[in-house]
Amino acid sequence: MELALSPEDAAFRDEVRAFIAENYPAEMRVANPETDLSKEQMLLWHRILHEKGWIAPLWPKEYGGPGWSITRRFIFEQETTRAGTMPPLAFSVTMVGPVIYTFGNEAQKKKFLPRILSGEDWWCQGYSEPSSGSDLATVRTKAVRDGDHYIVNGHKTWTTLAQHADWIFCLVRTDPAARPQSGISFLLIDMKSPGVTVRPIITIDGSHEVNDVFLENVRVPVENLIGEENRGWTYAKFLLGNERTSMAGIGRSTRYISRLKRIVKAEIPADDPAHLEFVRDIARVELDVLALEATELRVVAQMARGIDPGPAASLFKIRGTEIFQNITELTHRAIGNYGLAIREHPVSANHFMPGPDHGHTASEKYLNSRKLSIYGGSNEIQRNIIAKAVLGL
Amino acid sequence: MDIQFTEEQELLRSSVQRLLRDQYDFDARRKIVASEEGFSRKQWKAFAELGLFAAPFSEDVGGLGGGPLSTMIIMQEFGRHLVVEPFVETVVLAGGLLEHTGSEEQKQGFIPDIIAGTKTWALAWTEKGSRFELANVATTARREGEDYVLSGEKTAVIAAPWADYLIVSARTSGHRHDRSGVSLFVVDRRATNLDLQSFKTIDGRRAAEIGLRDVRGQLLGKEGEGVAALEACRDRAIGTLCAEAVGAMGELNSATLEYAKTRKQFGTTIGSFQVLQHRMVDMFIAHQEALSLMQHLTLGLSAGDAGVSRLASGAKSKIGYAGRYIADQAVQLHGGMGMTDELNVGHYFKRISSINIQFGDPAYHLLRYAQLDAAA
Repeated sequence: MELALSPEDAAFRDEVRAFIAENYPAEMRVANPETDLSKEQMLLWHRILHEKGWIAPLWPKEYGGPGWSITRRFIFEQETTRAGTMPPLAFSVTMVGPVIYTFGNEAQKKKFLPRILSGEDWWCQGYSEPSSGSDLATVRTKAVRDGDHYIVNGHKTWTTLAQHADWIFCLVRTDPAARPQSGISFLLIDMKSPGVTVRPIITIDGSHEVNDVFLENVRVPVENLIGEENRGWTYAKFLLGNERTSMAGIGRSTRYISRLKRIVKAEIPADDPAHLEFVRDIARVELDVLALEATELRVVAQMARGIDPGPAASLFKIRGTEIFQNITELTHRAIGNYGLAIREHPVSANHFMPGPDHGHTASEKYLNSRKLSIYGGSNEIQRNIIAKAVLGL
Repeated sequence: MDIQFTEEQELLRSSVQRLLRDQYDFDARRKIVASEEGFSRKQWKAFAELGLFAAPFSEDVGGLGGGPLSTMIIMQEFGRHLVVEPFVETVVLAGGLLEHTGSEEQKQGFIPDIIAGTKTWALAWTEKGSRFELANVATTARREGEDYVLSGEKTAVIAAPWADYLIVSARTSGHRHDRSGVSLFVVDRRATNLDLQSFKTIDGRRAAEIGLRDVRGQLLGKEGEGVAALEACRDRAIGTLCAEAVGAMGELNSATLEYAKTRKQFGTTIGSFQVLQHRMVDMFIAHQEALSLMQHLTLGLSAGDAGVSRLASGAKSKIGYAGRYIADQAVQLHGGMGMTDELNVGHYFKRISSINIQFGDPAYHLLRYAQLDAAA
């Protein structure tokens, strides 16, 4: 399904397509890029995009963005996901970057933005805490002013890829007496600071994506405060809005459905009693993707005409994640008995995996994608948002 | 992808909205449904005068050239008002078949009366045991001079009791289930030896069981190639039925939301309960997705896309399931009131149920969608 494109936009699409085909590193085409690549490997594509000037589609031109229209941003997103490229680190490019150029001071912009674009700094997100999941406003990590430093103490968790990170952006409590939302500040912390400890959390798929981050008497220069003290909640909400914009995941779901069809064809004979159920389930999920894609195109076309999409992002987050979870579950079911096996991490250990190649990541994807309905504001929170903002409940 | 409507299309929409708001509220509809004939000739005339019947036809046959987009606009509004008049049967089904397969003489002979609102039509393709297979035809037609004579039985033919003409599928060669050998015929509904038993449908319309005993018919389109014509007709029909369903689903969602905001239990509005909020969010999402898919299908029909028949089946299935979900939940959230004949909610429920049966239910079209997948 395509947007109706002007000749210029169509030429741009062809340019993007050709650029990916010629430049996407072969080294990054591994079974499961999200868990199998080293930090250096993940950054290969980042650096290529940076050199081309395409690393930060969302950013205004003055800060190093390409200055694309909404339509072109969407085309780029569509082409890169369809081609199965690994997106640049979201925490850096789509999350903290826009917060810094929107609310940061000149010195902060100058210091951090170029290093985000080049991939020199790897960022992670210090939002969640053991007692603050969806209810982020209750964060307890404390930052106490001491001269021109803050002394930070607390425990952040579910911190994705913190093991690679140079910096962490944190929500910290600077006014314990204020209402929960009012006493929070947005602080940038160097991961090499004394008192920062990262402890891996291994998830049910066996991978190391998320971590605990402990902060013990970490001294953070006051110049690393974004905006005003106690206004961090505003910046955090702005960031979460950006996080949810591209969660429909049409390209990824479409690729996984094609793979699922190949697996079903190879693994399940037509006289298998479950065959018809797979045929139906695949048709159903394919139609789910088609309807969501049509909705995304409708919203993008409206945005291009200046119509505010409202909380459409919540709809995309809910449906996009439900659909992908469903596809990975079907794929896991389709490989039958081989679904018992799981690769060991890291993959470079090269352990024996039984069954056909196409099934090797089915178990871990199935398990790993359970997270989708939880992170980025759980799907229940997204439903609350739509209920309030759209339905007026 | 979002349809940017032209000024003409916006005008069409607003004039249909105005007419229905002024003359077709739920009470007016109730009276029409309860009337002896079961539909309103006065409304039919008003629709004709507004140009609704001319809208989709090409200029060559006296239409306005609005195509599938115009019927989409009309049917969304008809869906919101539960219009019972046989617009789909007359204009989309019969009108479409006449325009796409009829001879010049047939087009000139029949289409002007459709546009003027002086004749109504129905399409008789279903038979006992045929379920949703267009090729499953046991009714026969044999040549007799210039004409053909038809014998057999057609079943559950919607709008037949109101119709002046029927388009009837009948076998001119081959065996039941054969794809080739089915032909279409124009038959005068008042013809000799045509037996018609009228009954009421769950959604307030009239349908009929039809017996044909050597009834004269006029060949429409090429002999033996009726199934292909019917398939294209079904694709167009699905486009309009999906638009109607989306209109009805939108009304159900508004009604349910309104009710949830005012109905009090346990000292508070029921809309304050999270379990019901999330239910209504899912109803909202289902409607949004159905609307997008329906528009996507309509654009495909307008462009004459190659894969549009598969897409039509996909949309019929997905929107059918979405409609059933919304209708079920709308009744559930209205509680006992949702069960009453008095409230409109149950009538939308019944219309959506009826749409889901016509031209194949969601399960049928899900499998057809899967079977037409080149990659599977």
